[in-house]
Amino acid sequence: MANVTLNAAIPAATSTKGRKQQLQDLLFRRSTEFFALCVLLLLGGVIVSLIIGAWPALTTFGFGFVVSEVWNPVTDKFGAWAPIYGTIVTSIIAMILGVPVSFGIAMFITELCPAVLKRPLGIAIELLAGIPSIIYGIWGLFVLAPVLQQTVQPFLIDTIGQAPLIGGLFAGPPYGIGTFTAGIILAIMVLPFITSITRDVFETVPPMLKESAYGLGSTTWEVMWKVVLPYTRVGVIGAVMLGLGRALGETMAVTFVIGNAHRVAQSILAPGTTISATIANEFTEAVGDLYTSSLIALGLILFIITFFILAAAKIMLMRLDRQGKK
Amino acid sequence: MLYARRRLVNSIALTVATAAAAFGLVWLIWILGTLFYNGITAINLSIFTEMTPPPGDKGGLLNAIFGSIILTIGATLLSTPIGMLAGTYLAEYGKKGVLAETVRFINDILLSAPSIVVGLFIYEVLVVPMGHFSAWAGIVVLAVIAIPVIVRTTEDMLNLVPNGLREAAAALGTPMWKVIVTIAYRAARNGIITGILLAIARVSGETAPLLFTSLNNQFWSTDFNAPMASLPVTIFQFALSPYDDWQSLAWGGALIITITILILNIVARALATLGSSKG
Amino acid sequence: MSTAMPESAPTVTITTPGARKPVPGHQEAMAEKVSIRNLNFFYDTHKALKDINLPLYDKKVTAFIGPSGCGKSTLLRVLNRIYDLYPKQRATGEVLLDGQNILSPKQDLNLLRARIGMVFQKPTPFPMSIYDNIAFGIRLYEKLGNAEMDARVEAALRRAALWTEVKDKLKQSGLSLSGGQQQRLCIARGVAVKPSVLLLDEPCSALDPISTSKVEELIDELKTDYCIVIVTHNMQQAARTADFTAFMYLGELVEYGETEQIFTKPAQEQTQQYITGRFG
Repeated sequence: MANVTLNAAIPAATSTKGRKQQLQDLLFRRSTEFFALCVLLLLGGVIVSLIIGAWPALTTFGFGFVVSEVWNPVTDKFGAWAPIYGTIVTSIIAMILGVPVSFGIAMFITELCPAVLKRPLGIAIELLAGIPSIIYGIWGLFVLAPVLQQTVQPFLIDTIGQAPLIGGLFAGPPYGIGTFTAGIILAIMVLPFITSITRDVFETVPPMLKESAYGLGSTTWEVMWKVVLPYTRVGVIGAVMLGLGRALGETMAVTFVIGNAHRVAQSILAPGTTISATIANEFTEAVGDLYTSSLIALGLILFIITFFILAAAKIMLMRLDRQGKK
Repeated sequence: MLYARRRLVNSIALTVATAAAAFGLVWLIWILGTLFYNGITAINLSIFTEMTPPPGDKGGLLNAIFGSIILTIGATLLSTPIGMLAGTYLAEYGKKGVLAETVRFINDILLSAPSIVVGLFIYEVLVVPMGHFSAWAGIVVLAVIAIPVIVRTTEDMLNLVPNGLREAAAALGTPMWKVIVTIAYRAARNGIITGILLAIARVSGETAPLLFTSLNNQFWSTDFNAPMASLPVTIFQFALSPYDDWQSLAWGGALIITITILILNIVARALATLGSSKG
Repeated sequence: MSTAMPESAPTVTITTPGARKPVPGHQEAMAEKVSIRNLNFFYDTHKALKDINLPLYDKKVTAFIGPSGCGKSTLLRVLNRIYDLYPKQRATGEVLLDGQNILSPKQDLNLLRARIGMVFQKPTPFPMSIYDNIAFGIRLYEKLGNAEMDARVEAALRRAALWTEVKDKLKQSGLSLSGGQQQRLCIARGVAVKPSVLLLDEPCSALDPISTSKVEELIDELKTDYCIVIVTHNMQQAARTADFTAFMYLGELVEYGETEQIFTKPAQEQTQQYITGRFG
């Protein structure tokens, strides 16, 4: 029984058009799957190529590579301890200085800020995040380092530097550049990053939760300290770890101001080096396979450290996400 | 009495928080301020017309600017299809599946991974077999850095497209791939473009990975098989040198990069809000 | 499933303004366009439709009514297998369209859906111009010249009573129309491809009363060419527009018959309770 308005142009069920469409669908789907797999392959590729490149150095020096402070291109003896130490110390300084400020800013934006300022402030934070690290580097070298050398560092040396136990940390001539300066630059760099994630995390707190606290007569600070932070604890830790992951891997900002000295100095005001700064400075001039391989081994160590920290951060943020959905 | 103490604590905390916000702004203003001050004196017509000079001479940044543009465009062309299709898989096909969840996890890690390590990777994989540094290697390394950004934003934007739109298209007999390409992509278009712009902004400032892939080039070059000049690497080289002219050019180049990235960010933001208000 | 006509005047005092009564004694040769046989539907393990058996007649309007969650939308969405987009949903049984079982795994879904039009509860204009919205479906399966396409688009928009309102702004985005206009655009889009069946899933629930009455007039006109199925939670609308009504409850087909009979002399107690507003 044919419907007079049935469109005869639409082909029957088993036509070639139908099969062509199914083929197109399959091809499209498979290509999206393929490129999604490429992301995994990238990670695998990075790890494998690093291991292959680092192999000569790893087999030559063994585990001693990680704890040896020696770095001598002439005698072909390399050890990763100085760069590793510098990476860790600069990042710790960055966290100590940056995290409280980030929290302060995030708290300001979510609780205190007048509504009209919220967007401009948020935009300012993101602009800060968008500035490439090399800008921080040259600014640090030409602007911050001299300022530190002339004012802050002498001050620190004269005050804390004279204290009994920790004095050694702040000793020595005020170079301007050095581990401490690099730490400050890193702090400024991770500031916008941690701030925006922390702000997002703070905003996942259900308003009703905060309102019930306010309704009991809590002050803003108490709501922050006793309601928001505990609720978002996991997410905040995730944000901090993400910032840490960034700080560990940062190259350009650090390279300009760290001073590139392959030693572990007692004073954080002295020059040092980090993994990424070492690689950036020496890779193109590295002569000899063992030298290059040692640098790649440094890269491998850095990648492993950041991978675990970033993975842990991601897991924590995922947990907060799931908590929020309940 | 107790209440007074609580109020005091509160006032201190709030003051500290406000101070923190001001503190953060101070850095931003200080950095941008010195950048503009030092950079603007270096910006004149010659910076755009002359090549990078040998040490101690005056010159411009033309080849470096050109190189950066080439590398960035190349990286965008390479990373956009890969990133968009991978993001499409996550949003449209994989969803909550095991493969999709794994890819998301790894993608987010790659997003924040140290870019210098990516540089080492491409060095091993491209530069060593080719035997020399090249613009190709620089393009690939920037593309690898851009891909996770595009994957993430594409997936997020596609997820915002309401399912009713897809159903309406499917109900007309549209094959799945066409539903995605002609309807979903179009609906998410502004957001996807925003993601691409943000990726471009990110890679145009990258220095470290270029150090062992495209290296640098003192002269004008259009040879993709040879090292290619780029603004970030040139700035790196010039800023660390003892020559005043080079340092001045470094500031100029830094200003150019920063303004470009700021413009990209502003355009991306404007595009994003345009998309959301239309819905 | 009673199709007998009432012999005496209605005894229930529901006023259904504009309710259509089949002309007594008029026996049209009704073609059964779609036959639903032993249909069961599952959302994962949950059985949402239980053993549905139902005819849908050509050039007639059939309404699915029932309280929220009774399965009327689910049943509608079986008819063009739109549920197939979602992995955990499946149907068993038979649904014959012109004699062919569309639930068969060999059925090409895109081609099926090209023959069955659907209008959704929420207006879903595509993010493109009004013209392209209509042309989109046509372009999928037909190659038309510009003049022909223009004519088809105009015809569809006229059919949806939208032409006079949009003829000067065909290039504007479909999203720039009002809610009622958007829904009529979706209806125009659905009829532009000349389907044989038209499925309407609560098409007026998001619309104001004036747009609603315009859409209902539309359905009345479209009926002459299509087999129309409409899901509605508005009983008066069913009474106004439908020739046949199926009352569903908790996934089961409780009663099916000519609208007049369902609303004036329902055979089942549950039907009676629903239409008198005891629940739902």
